[in-house]
Amino acid sequence: MNLLLAGPVVLPLLGAALCIGAGRSRNAQRVIAVLTLTAVAVLSAVLLLRVDDEGTVAVQVGGWEAPVGITLVADRLAAIMLVLAVLMLLAVLVYAIGQPGAEEDHVGFHPVYLVLAAGVALAFLTGDLFNLFVAFEVLLMASYVLLTLGGRADQVRSGMTYVVISLLASALFLAALAFVYAATGTLNLADLSEKVAALPTGVRTGLALLLIVVFGIKSAIFPLFFWLPDSYPTAPSPVTAVFAGLLTKVGVYALLRSQTLLFPPDTRPGTLLLVVAALTMVVGVLGAVTQDDIKRILSFHIVSQIGYMVMGLGLFTVAGLAGAVIYIIHHIVVKTTLFLVAGLVEQRTGTGKLAELTGLRRLEPVLAVLFLLPALSLAGIPPFSGFVAKLALVEAGMGAEAYVVVAVSLAVSLLTLFSMSKIWSNTFWGPGPGTDSGRTLTAPRRALMVGSTGGLVALSLAIAVAAGPLYALSERAAADLMDTRGYVEEVLGR
Amino acid sequence: MSVLMAVTAGVLCATGTYLVLGRQLSRVIIGIAMLGHGVNVLLVLSGGDGGDPVLVGEDVTDFADPLPQALVLTAIVITFGVISFLLALAYRSWVVTADDEVEDDVEDRRIAREAEHLLDDRGDEGAER
Repeated sequence: MNLLLAGPVVLPLLGAALCIGAGRSRNAQRVIAVLTLTAVAVLSAVLLLRVDDEGTVAVQVGGWEAPVGITLVADRLAAIMLVLAVLMLLAVLVYAIGQPGAEEDHVGFHPVYLVLAAGVALAFLTGDLFNLFVAFEVLLMASYVLLTLGGRADQVRSGMTYVVISLLASALFLAALAFVYAATGTLNLADLSEKVAALPTGVRTGLALLLIVVFGIKSAIFPLFFWLPDSYPTAPSPVTAVFAGLLTKVGVYALLRSQTLLFPPDTRPGTLLLVVAALTMVVGVLGAVTQDDIKRILSFHIVSQIGYMVMGLGLFTVAGLAGAVIYIIHHIVVKTTLFLVAGLVEQRTGTGKLAELTGLRRLEPVLAVLFLLPALSLAGIPPFSGFVAKLALVEAGMGAEAYVVVAVSLAVSLLTLFSMSKIWSNTFWGPGPGTDSGRTLTAPRRALMVGSTGGLVALSLAIAVAAGPLYALSERAAADLMDTRGYVEEVLGR
Repeated sequence: MSVLMAVTAGVLCATGTYLVLGRQLSRVIIGIAMLGHGVNVLLVLSGGDGGDPVLVGEDVTDFADPLPQALVLTAIVITFGVISFLLALAYRSWVVTADDEVEDDVEDRRIAREAEHLLDDRGDEGAER
């Protein structure tokens, strides 16, 4: 159990140290990084099976009992997120090894990438608010470096925005920690869940709102999303893909965890979250409609999709949370895939501007298919994974009689389909022999890049096929979130 | 005592916020650092009134709460690391652009210009009628 919970955090850090040691040989670094992430993937899969079987598990690091010591804890939601995150990290790593550029040119890519993996794993597994802050800092620090790898002028400019916004969010997070500690005298999540209930309503609401703002900046909800479409598109494509798939979702995970575990049902800001969710969806998708660069369109769609997840949370019902969980599962896979395809398109054509692209289906029929499937899935067309996830959310919304937000979410789906078909018709359809920069890849590189992208497309199709069992799993995870007793008892050892 | 510390935290945060809102990178970085210090003071304050000794005596009520101090130590180290990175980034920005200004996003400006053109065109049509 110790290895299962500590492994996903410790192994990548060890791997990062080894990678620095093996700095002279890129091949040795590659072997270490792939082996480490494979091992973590196996561990987290075993962890998910075990948690789903036996319920929440917790480990007190160093034998110091909670609430004093550092607690690692995994419930179903954390285990699901961990498995998905590691799978994405592994697939994108394989893609990055294939792509000429970031990974090859920089000795630091592999170590920093593994540190990012450790930070993401710690964020999912920690049972302590301060360690969540540390996990955020670890993964953000790694992300600053990955985002500015290469040091081009546009990367430095957008990296600066990203770093400053992240630092402001971190400062707010620390202030929130100070207030929480001053009010309750503890930062252990399970312990807090009992002590926060005893606070006056005003203090409780204040803390809840402060945490929403903090995690809202990280997960890019309205009106705190401005940094995202500016900073993501300039990074190397594998980096953008992994950021798009994972980083904002770590923020959403923190929102889900803090709002359900810490605050008792009577003062949950449900209506506020639903309004924010609807605005996030609408503003994000409208932003996407006005853009004409593939990566920027996709970046605005991240914002829009976050709205769906917040909508599931805002309903505060088991069905709503289950919808949010299955939406996150679908979104992480599909969004990462779309950014990988965008990277492949830019690799082949040398540009991501819709105006300069045309007829790529004649040159790259495989890419066209690899784009079309996740794009339809993102828009929520049956029978793809996006349809399953949106259906779950819409049903939950109807069940909770939140008709307005349901209507908004359906309208936004239509606009999503519109902007996806805009990319499709400009890039892959259209007259002409196809935009070609003449930069073709060698066969092994191409195999790695297209292979990893294809693997993720297959995964998103598998989500649609296995929708029944996955929804059942999401429902069990949501039930855990709504009924926190199991979590609290496991951590505090009662 | 505590009021003095609270005011200190407030002044540090306010000054930091003011500096971050500027357009010069050097000011932004100093602002971020001050904001970090302000929040660190706040974190120390969360352990209750100051003045008690550190971890002396048998009874837990005799000494200051050690946890916020441990937390703030971690936070200071993290802030230090991130500020160093920010300085390196600002230096890189100065090398590539020979300027200390925070630049606008090129894509944003282009889209905004197009939108203005659209509005202008419509305004012209209205004037002709």
